[in-house]
Amino acid sequence: MNKQEKEQYLRDYGTLKSQGKPFFPYAVAKDGAMAIVVMAVIIAMAIVLGAELGPKADPTSTTYTPRPEWYFFFLFELLKVIKPPALVPLATIGVPTICLILLFLLPFYDRGPERRPERRPIATTAGIFVVCAIGYLTYLGAAAGPPTEIDIPIPANISSQGPEAVTNFKAGSAVVAQSGCAACHQFGENGNSGPGPALTNIGARLPAQAIQRTLINPSAPMPSFSALSEESPEQFAQMVGFLAALK
Amino acid sequence: MPKLKLPAPPSNPLTSPKRPGKEYGPSGPLGHAEEAGVTAVDWIDERTSLSGGLRWGMFRKVPKGTNWFYTLGSSTMFAFLSQAVTGVFLAMYYDPSATRAYASIQYINNEVFLGEFVHGMHRWGSSVMVILIFLHMGRTFFFGAYKYPRELNWVIGVALLVMTMTMSFSGYLLPFDQRSYWATIVGVNINGTGPLVGPYLSEFLRAGPYFGATTLSRFYAIHMLMVPGAIAALMGFHLYLVAKLGTTAPPWVKAEAPEKLREDKVTVDQ
Ligand code: HEM
Repeated sequence: MNKQEKEQYLRDYGTLKSQGKPFFPYAVAKDGAMAIVVMAVIIAMAIVLGAELGPKADPTSTTYTPRPEWYFFFLFELLKVIKPPALVPLATIGVPTICLILLFLLPFYDRGPERRPERRPIATTAGIFVVCAIGYLTYLGAAAGPPTEIDIPIPANISSQGPEAVTNFKAGSAVVAQSGCAACHQFGENGNSGPGPALTNIGARLPAQAIQRTLINPSAPMPSFSALSEESPEQFAQMVGFLAALK
Repeated sequence: MPKLKLPAPPSNPLTSPKRPGKEYGPSGPLGHAEEAGVTAVDWIDERTSLSGGLRWGMFRKVPKGTNWFYTLGSSTMFAFLSQAVTGVFLAMYYDPSATRAYASIQYINNEVFLGEFVHGMHRWGSSVMVILIFLHMGRTFFFGAYKYPRELNWVIGVALLVMTMTMSFSGYLLPFDQRSYWATIVGVNINGTGPLVGPYLSEFLRAGPYFGATTLSRFYAIHMLMVPGAIAALMGFHLYLVAKLGTTAPPWVKAEAPEKLREDKVTVDQ
């Protein structure tokens, strides 16, 4: 907006304002009505949905689901869209930071005098696109519940080693399933395809030693399983054994 | 020598003139009560001059065409106030220590009178506030309300948005159940992958290299002292600017000069 357009705006606005109504009581009445609606919604949700607590936090436990509050789903889903590990920082921080800077600076690069949405095609299209993208990613996040069961056929080399190996494999599978790994990794048909890499053939790519190291000292955002390895080494060993057997 | 009459002494300048229609002073208990109220307000106003500011904020005009979309900002503020009040009651019972936090929330839910209800209001109120703040941002975006002269109010708004999300993030850990614990670990790890400041940020949040006993009290301090204070201050500034600049008119409402001032209507008498 140049100087003339600014003056024009202020003049027009002055006219519109002088033809308006006083804030009190007209706008205050509307705001008050809306406040009552907001209060009623919050009270209704508190009564209907309550405030349940899950099981107590346990750093050594293996039954957790690392899921954020629903309005962070879209950020979490962004992690799944961008796959290659080298680009993960880009997804986690880069894209949100750039979006935030663009949002902060909006009034400084969109300086045209036009305010009607239908005459600001770029701004309106971008706005609608962002609304749809956030809505879609939130929906994806809500739909992708973390699976708690992993259903993988027992590999031939395990079944040939006798019943004990099979029991261990199954136990390891249960530990992995309950640990919420499938929220971020894919195991054959099970699990979400990201943000972590698929683990269907992890045993072919990494030896058991390396798998163990990764579990204890993972690269972010994966949580570390060092507490599990200290508190219940048996379960941890089953977990490593199961992963190493996936070939 | 005849003496001139002395002029009457000036009336006491400290007694204010009678209020119109009340020439004979207050009558009846109701009148006295009213007088007492007026006197008390006058007393405060004489010392603070607040009434000018109040009149400025309350009797300013809102432009023609203002509609229900314009209530979204004040509803966001209302949701925030609800969070503040319910939060105070939760803080009376909550214990931010890693060993006792969970039990204290259980106590709130099961023992305290209306405890689960207030806890529920606080939990779902956060969702309501986040929805309202996004709707309000959408309204100001599609109405072009961030343009001259309200650029600064938009920037403050984005800061409020970031801090509201920070509130959600830091509050999520406090119940200290499995969900909140592991989600927060992943969240802090995600922060840690950021370039440059990432590792420092996650170390600040954890209060050390590992998720430990002090992490929870740090989140608690962030959640109930640091960020809400900043939000309240910025909200005040945001509202000051709203009153100062006035709210926009909806973009499709045209400004028309009053009929009698329009040039083409002026007729010259012959
Ligand atoms: C805690 C959060 C917030 C509160 C309590 C709040 C409150 C308000 C209120 C009461 C108004 C008056 C007009 C209306 O209600 O629509 C307003 C106007 C405004 N707000 Fe906010 N707001 C918040 C967050 C935001 C955010 C996130 C943005 C944008 C990024 C924003 C940008 C604006 C702008 C540009 C105006 C001027 C609108 C106009 O004049 O039409 N606000 N805000």
